[in-house]
Amino acid sequence: MAKVLVVTSGKGGVGKTTTTAALGAALAQRGEKVVVVDFDVGLRNLDLVMGAERRVVFDLINVVQGVAKLPQALIKDKRLENLWLLPASQTRDKDALTEEGVGKVIDDLRSRFDWVICDSPAGIERGASMAMRFADEAVIVTNPEVSSVRDSDRIIGMLDSKTVRAEKGERVEKHILITRYDPSRAARGEMLTIEDILEILATPLLGIIPESQDVLRASNVGTPVTLSNAEGAPARAYIDAARRLCGDTVPMQVPTERKGFMDRLLRRRAA
Amino acid sequence: MSMGLLRLLRGKKGSAPVARERLQILLAHERGLRGQPDLLGVLREEILAVVSRHVTLDPTKVIVRLDRGDEVSTLEVDIEVPNDFERKRVAVA
Repeated sequence: MAKVLVVTSGKGGVGKTTTTAALGAALAQRGEKVVVVDFDVGLRNLDLVMGAERRVVFDLINVVQGVAKLPQALIKDKRLENLWLLPASQTRDKDALTEEGVGKVIDDLRSRFDWVICDSPAGIERGASMAMRFADEAVIVTNPEVSSVRDSDRIIGMLDSKTVRAEKGERVEKHILITRYDPSRAARGEMLTIEDILEILATPLLGIIPESQDVLRASNVGTPVTLSNAEGAPARAYIDAARRLCGDTVPMQVPTERKGFMDRLLRRRAA
Repeated sequence: MSMGLLRLLRGKKGSAPVARERLQILLAHERGLRGQPDLLGVLREEILAVVSRHVTLDPTKVIVRLDRGDEVSTLEVDIEVPNDFERKRVAVA
């Protein structure tokens, strides 16, 4: 049974596209057949983060409007057998996304894949509402910061009222993914704690991704972070999150400072 | 948790508890409003309709503002009326 998962947040710049690419790759590495779909029409970036920007011929809007057939627009990942990308259009705007057209594309994708991961644009307008419209599950990407938590709360409200599932009286299964978590700020009490965020949003936690150079490096080279440095902390956190999405029970790792007080003291002495 | 200990010794608290409290108050308020019609929008339209029956108005010069206080809130309606409205009214009549 295929699952449609929306990666959303309300706020921009929190890590939706990075998360879509990383979770997509991690699920494909487990043998799941995955398509990642870019809903950010007019401002596409998933192709760039996936390293497929030069291979885009047709896009989501072409398929929605019947200009191209779905298989023509799907781009196969060069590294993973099971991973595909459906890019957004760069030249059109989000009004080109009709509910009927998007619904047909999602139905078609459901019949071909195990996971359909929709990368939502920021905001709460048409692009974001179309990305979540047909979702079975949602990953709400949240930074430990007041404006991001407020926007996540708003998005949770939309997931509970504006999706097809909500309108049928069913539930969209929601997960919070905390990204850009900075252990040193957490230790100083300058960052909302994980407990605070989960209590305020009243939604279960999927994972905690630490702030890391790995993430920037991965997007620089156009490789999902789970592939570019699979041993790094963010990659391991994303791989664990993907396992939880598949129903595995994986203990939650809260990122800690790599260098403790004593470590730094000793290192300074040694230097 | 050496940092936590240091903070304790210095007697300083991080800013996180403030962030948490502000968010909780704000979200309680915003969740209450969710799903309700836009009260200010409705008030503005209806006030505009009533006044327009008697005076010619520029719709962009009607400002409705709601200030929320702890005990009471104030509703402020600011309507700019052109000085020659009485003449216009006579002309219409």
